[in-house]
Order: sequence, then structure tokens, then C-alpha cells
Amino acid sequence: MSAAAGAHTGATPQDPRLEAPEARLETVTFGPDKPLRLDSGENLSPVTLAYNTYGELNADKSNAVLICHALTMDQHVANAHPQTDKPGWWLRMVGPGRTIDTNRFFVICPNVIGGCQGSSGPTETNPKTGNPYGLDFPVITIADMVRSQAMLLDHLGVETLFCAIGGSMGGMQVLEWASAYPERVFSAIPMATAARHSAQNIAFHEVGRQAIMADPDWHGGTYLDHGTRPTKGLSVARMAAHITYLSETALFRKFDRNLQDRDTLTYDFGAPDFQIESYLRHQGMTFVDRFDANSYLYITRAMDYFDLAAAHGGVLANAFKGTKTRFCVVSFTSDWHYPTAYNKQIVHALIAAGANVSFVEIETDKGHDAFLLDEPVMDDTLAGFIASAARQRGLV
Amino acid sequence: MALDTTTQTRIDLIAVADLVREGARVLDVGCGEGELLELLRDRRQVDGRGVEISQAGVNACVARGLSVVQGDADRDLGDYPDDSFDYVILSQTIQATRNPREVLGQMKRIGRRVVVSFPNFGHWKIRLQLLLSGRMPVTRTLADEWYDTPNIHLCTVRDFLDLCEAENLAIEKALMLAGDTSWTEHNPGTRANLRAEQAVFLLYRK
Repeated sequence: MSAAAGAHTGATPQDPRLEAPEARLETVTFGPDKPLRLDSGENLSPVTLAYNTYGELNADKSNAVLICHALTMDQHVANAHPQTDKPGWWLRMVGPGRTIDTNRFFVICPNVIGGCQGSSGPTETNPKTGNPYGLDFPVITIADMVRSQAMLLDHLGVETLFCAIGGSMGGMQVLEWASAYPERVFSAIPMATAARHSAQNIAFHEVGRQAIMADPDWHGGTYLDHGTRPTKGLSVARMAAHITYLSETALFRKFDRNLQDRDTLTYDFGAPDFQIESYLRHQGMTFVDRFDANSYLYITRAMDYFDLAAAHGGVLANAFKGTKTRFCVVSFTSDWHYPTAYNKQIVHALIAAGANVSFVEIETDKGHDAFLLDEPVMDDTLAGFIASAARQRGLV
Repeated sequence: MALDTTTQTRIDLIAVADLVREGARVLDVGCGEGELLELLRDRRQVDGRGVEISQAGVNACVARGLSVVQGDADRDLGDYPDDSFDYVILSQTIQATRNPREVLGQMKRIGRRVVVSFPNFGHWKIRLQLLLSGRMPVTRTLADEWYDTPNIHLCTVRDFLDLCEAENLAIEKALMLAGDTSWTEHNPGTRANLRAEQAVFLLYRK
């Protein structure tokens, strides 16, 4: 896969020479004494978080970096994925001597609740029934994800994060972190994200959810009890979503109208005529191997519910009132999924709140997935911001 | 912005930096690649922020560890709260704004002090060039031809004083620069307007 394929696809082109940092794959379960209070009003208990760490926490406990993952990613940010053996989704960013330097920072990457890589979610066993939760799992929000991550930090003895960073849904969590726990976030890097999910974004998610629920193998969400999986529906959901991660320019550059293994049109609906069809089918097929359909429903729902302004009286600046966190907002010119305008709304609110904010827009034709890809200007600006924040934090 | 010689940039920026109190909160509007903000950070330990219209400039600033956002002086100053900075600086930028008066109005709202530096179109060499050649002057500080200059609102020291009067801005300090020298003018008049290649004003609301 070349530039058209980002790690949203689970197929990031990684430099094979990049060394993976040593990863610790951990799990923590909070028992009945520590239920997770959810925005829906329910309490989730027990709560399990699967998370990976890299590097060492310093004596001051001041060098922790939290990486928040996007919709279909997981905690395996810099190590080979245990299921697919593919390199970590942000290996180019995280590792010894890299922008998020595991020689200097203690890096924590949790799988979000609602996910399917070991954290509490619809695939996990419901203690009340002994069966997988399925749709009995409570609806969760971005704020719920962040609240569970705060419990994880308490468990790890980390009071204040040096940095919270993430793109797309990861960026939403970063914004929620900075808003809900301003004193616990020294610096924040929300990338290619939005403070509220737009109608267009909700629309794409709804297409995906309806595709899953239209698959007869979904069985009202109880497919695990039936020994089936709605792979066709989930695959279509993935195909639709995947289009939003790429720019039109990138699609043109990589595929244009090129035919797949043939010289003429088939005048048929079987095998794919066009390379782009073949590519999307491949993305759908491989996705279902590592992702759960119900998790996809829950996490897209959480993103759709995200509206940080609404949670603060309709004024986004109120979400950041009095913040001392240093922000670096990053957007990408060809990202039409979370375009620069959405990211600028965050910047305007931060300025109005009197926050310390930097904002860069990276020139690229790689679309939304650019934050995962080789973008030297992004690397330089992030390195500069992180170095400056580290000086301020006394981490030299 | 329109300056192209390093030595001129230095003396101009140093003059601006000298006006700023140590440890102040500073907003540099049109901060370019962050030379002034870096100078202020290193020499005056200011808490500095910047706004810059060119994305390349912003990216360079952030890579240098400066807090800078991409924005347009003409459009994007409205977000900043009243009195949120000790100083708002417009260094060699006012002549490139579409609406200098509105920009100045926003600056005095946002900052308790306003610093403006600009090339003086009243300098005798410029007047003489226009008189003798009948063409738009091209000088060390105004190096572009008329058709490709970003400087769409050039003014003289006297013009600027009129604008300050109209905007109810009082002059706390006026620095004139020519070549490698600089001097303070308590009441800049005809002589200053002839001699100064550049001017730097420290202003406050009346």
C-alpha cells in the first residue's frame, strides 16, 4: 500500500528499519468499589482497561505522554499487533529518538472502553449473564472514555500528563482531557479533529451502522451467541468510512479509473472492474479480521455524541476557561473529514479563553489519514512544540 | 515584513524589544518566522504569542518552540479578549494590512500597550526619488516594485501621528531609526519625518 493507505486501514506503510520500542502489554480491572460513572447515568462495573506502555516513568512522574487512539485503532501504537503482526500504527512517531521519544517519555496508550482489544466493551463478558454484553453494554461517550483513562492514570500514579496527543477521535479525547482535567494536562496536541461532530460526519457513521445492522448475521447484536459475525455489514461500513479518510487527489493519484487485472470493462457485477473497488473490498475484508461490529456501533455513537460546546452552555471557549495547558492544534489541507475549519473553531475558542495555543495547518494531499503518515513538516512542528513544552516542564 | 536586509531587521527588532518590559505578556501580530518573538523570549523572558498569515511562517515559529497561530491581522484579532496582553506588537506589518485603522483599534482593545513599527514614507530619500525620477521609490526598506509589493498602505510619520490622534492613542515613546542609528523624539515633527527611515511607537489608550 502506498500513501493512499493510512493506519486507519491497519496497513500503514512503515519503514521496516524502524525499531519497535519495548512494549509492556498490561490490563487493569477496577472492581465494584470503583465503578465508572457514565454520561448516560449508568455505572459500569467492573471496568477493564487494556493498555500498553513504553519507556520509563521518571522519579518526578512528570514525563508521561498519553496517546489517544482513533476510531478503529487500539493500544498497539508502537509494537507489532498481536493479531495481525502488523507494525504499530504510529511507529514512525513513537520510539527511541523519535518525536515521542520513548527514551525520554513514559508513553501510555489505552484501548478505549467500548473497544475490542481487551478493554470493557460489547465483546467482553457481561458478569450478570455470563454471555458477551452485545447491545446490553451501556452507550458510552468520549467523556466516559476519558474518565476511565483518568482512573488508569490514578492506578499508574501519574497525577499530571506531560502531554496528551491524538488524531481524529484521539483528538476529541485530548480536547475532553484538557477540558475535564485541565490541571492534569500540561500540554495537549489535538490533531485532525473537531470539538463537535458535524452532520456530515454523523451521516457517514449512520451509513456504517445501518450496513452492520442490515447484515442478517448481526442477529440484533447477539451474533457471538449465534456463533456468527456480521462481516459483510462491517466490511461495507469500513469501505464507506475509508473513503472519508482519503482525499480525492490521493484517490486520483493512486487509482484514477484504472482497471483491476483486466483491459476491458466486464459489463458484470462480480469481480471488481476498477482498482478502487478492489482496494476498498480489500480494506473491508481485512478490517473484519481485527475489529468487532458492535464495537464499531458503540464507538461511532460516542463520536457522534461529542459536542464539547454543548456541554459548556453552547460556548466552546467555556470548555477551556482559565486553562494553563499549552495547546498545539494541527490540521491538514486535504482533510475533508475533519477539515481545517473544524480545527480552527477549536483554535478560536482557545484564543477567546486566553489559552496558550499554536496552530499549524500542514499542506498535504493525503487527506484525513495524513496525521499517521510521513509528513516532515508535521514532524518538525510537533518536535518544536514538544521540545519547548519539555523545557517549560523542566524535562531537559 | 517588507524588510529584506538582516542588519535593518536587527536594529528595528532590537528597538521594539527595548520597549517591552521583562516578563510581559506579548502578542506579535504578523510575527513572520518568529525572529522578534524569539528575541523577546531570550532577552526579555516574555510570555509571547504570535499571529502570522503565512503558513510557512507559522510552521517555522512552532518548530522553534513559539506559540503561534495562523491568522490574518485584518480578520482574526476579534477572538482575543479585552486587555489580554501587556503589549500588542505590529512590527513592519501595518503597511501590509487592508484596514490599518481597524487593526490598530483591535490592538488597543487587546493590549494595554501597543507597539507599531513601520517604514517611513516621508524619508527625504523617498521624497527625492519620487521628485527626481517620477517613479515609485524603491529603497533598502521598501525593496519591492509597486506592482509586487505587499505594502498597500504606506504612510509617513506625520500620517501615523494623525491616525493615533483619531484613534485616541497617546505616544509614550517614539523611536526614529536611520541606518545604524536610532534616537528618541519627544514630539516628532518635520525634521524627524525627513530623517527617519523607520519609526517605532509605543502607544497607550488616552
